[in-house]
Amino acid sequence: MAQMTFLEAIRETLRQELARDERVIIYGEDVGVRGGVFRVTEGLQAQFGEARVIDSPLAEAAIVGTAIGAAVNGLRPIPEIQFADFIFPAINQIVQEAARMRYRSNNDFEVPIVIRAPFGGGVRGGLYHSQSVEAFFGHVPGLKVVIASTPYDAKGLLTQAIADPDPVLFLEHKGLYRSMKGEVPEERYLIPIGKADRKREGKDVSVIAYGLMANLALKAAETLAGEGISVEVIDLRSIRPFDKAAILESAKKTGKVLIVHEDNLTGGFGGEISAVISEEALFYLDAPIMRLTGPDVPAMGFSPPLEHAFMITADKIADAARNLAKF
Amino acid sequence: MPDSGLTPELMKEMYYTMALSRALDDRLWVLNRQGRAPTVYSSNGHEAAQVGSAFALNRGEDWIVPYYRDMALVLAWGMTPREVLLHFFAKAEDPNSGGRQMMAHWGSHRLHILSTGAVVATQDAHAAGLALASKILKDGRVSVAYFGEGSTSQGEFHEALNFAAVHKLPVIFFNENNGYAISVPQRKQMVVQDISAHAESYGMPGISVDGNDPVKVYEVTKAAADRARRGEGPTLVEAKTYRFVPHSSDDDDRAYRTREEVQEHKKFDPVVMFEARLLADKVITEADKAEMMKKIKAVVDDATTYADKAPLPDADTLGLYVYGEDGK
Repeated sequence: MAQMTFLEAIRETLRQELARDERVIIYGEDVGVRGGVFRVTEGLQAQFGEARVIDSPLAEAAIVGTAIGAAVNGLRPIPEIQFADFIFPAINQIVQEAARMRYRSNNDFEVPIVIRAPFGGGVRGGLYHSQSVEAFFGHVPGLKVVIASTPYDAKGLLTQAIADPDPVLFLEHKGLYRSMKGEVPEERYLIPIGKADRKREGKDVSVIAYGLMANLALKAAETLAGEGISVEVIDLRSIRPFDKAAILESAKKTGKVLIVHEDNLTGGFGGEISAVISEEALFYLDAPIMRLTGPDVPAMGFSPPLEHAFMITADKIADAARNLAKF
Repeated sequence: MPDSGLTPELMKEMYYTMALSRALDDRLWVLNRQGRAPTVYSSNGHEAAQVGSAFALNRGEDWIVPYYRDMALVLAWGMTPREVLLHFFAKAEDPNSGGRQMMAHWGSHRLHILSTGAVVATQDAHAAGLALASKILKDGRVSVAYFGEGSTSQGEFHEALNFAAVHKLPVIFFNENNGYAISVPQRKQMVVQDISAHAESYGMPGISVDGNDPVKVYEVTKAAADRARRGEGPTLVEAKTYRFVPHSSDDDDRAYRTREEVQEHKKFDPVVMFEARLLADKVITEADKAEMMKKIKAVVDDATTYADKAPLPDADTLGLYVYGEDGK
């Protein structure tokens, strides 16, 4: 089985889908000749031609808006938003058009598009190249929001997202692109959207996370194992829909839950997870549900100390989980 | 008349559709004032622009992305008066939305009318996207976005035109310029006199046409559609017209325009003028007209009765169709 980076897994998935289904097209800013600013789509235009891997004008609302029309008329568009931070000009098209189309037409129309967007910080991106935007979109019925944490999952989830009849926002943490490697089978496979992955079994504390944070949680769990603290790590893999059953099962087992996300604290997706646990597993808990998240500041600072202070690290997760274990 | 394929038979059908739309529109206001439906959005005054353009296209095969003013357009495109009334009364059988959407949010996959929301100019990008697929799939279809002049203040109008021009897409941007965005007159919306002037910025033809003349609108639209099908790219069409009624049944247009102004424009009522022309040209006779009026009254009565009796959606359906089937 091939070893691939997270980025290569996404590229190879796109290549496989472009090859197997002529309806699949890719477009966005710089995705063609340049292969995208992160090189995710490198080589795809050379292989599949300018008609299917399209350099679009620099206008996010038009990128998503045209993808909606193209999907209705028979294509499977995979538009790329260059950075998640740039998605907001397109938010009306995503939330009010793509996500509501099936509902408002009483199931007469559907919008099978996958919007890919790199997100997250720790890569010296400053305020406008580091944001986590998932909470805005996790709020929206009709939309699916997927965040993979490994190359293997990236392929299975992206393949599923492309096959899915509804609009999917596929968020790729930039911190994983080149640092995260893993085995990825060559053959096509699907991972269902909405199923969490218990990445590590434990009995003292449950850490619930997704994307890069799930990987940091695994590191923290390894550290704490050396101290005799047994940490269970649940990788949600998608926040809409999210795997309520997996969350409740783990919370009931350990009785102590730490939710981790890089997105800001207030109104972040952790609040939703916490609410579900308190509504449905309150009497299994031995400690308050805790959240470790990015701070409530508008975005990540550019200068290294500011960026570091914002970012979640494996050490911060270990500290929070240790405190919770002691509670 | 240049050879545009506009036969007397087609003109007769165009007239029937315009007159039907006007009669249906009048009925909606009566029903609204009787308290039987909360909201009317009219195409009253816009019939020539909508019907003239529709007849120049492959109705039901090409794609249209309408806006809320476009009842005459969707009638021309194949929606029935019963379906319009089912939508108006928010009944379960409403093919546009199953009673989910407020009146005038048209949509029918069967008829190739893309479902519409309410934020203006979003449909311009959708039409460009439909056309992008047509170009790639070579399905020969033309897509048309319909929109009011107020919506050209939105960025997405400009984004969509630019996108379509860069990719030479088979799309027509069809503006129905009635001079008002609810209460705001064109001069407070933009400095240019003609919406078509925007075309130059995007390197496409821009044409202004008398939107009260369905034949002229037909010819301009036909030329734009032919150009699109030849692979020569998009066209911006501006049909200058007027709306004779308030923006909606909740609006009072006396706040922003005089009765004299409205009366002046009524001299150019597209339905009245087209009727006079067809009579003068002997395309229709007084007897034809009387027969059509009789038929229209029966159709409008039937639609009203049918939709009135149709059941409302069951409250249990509220949670349906948020998502489709699982991916295959």
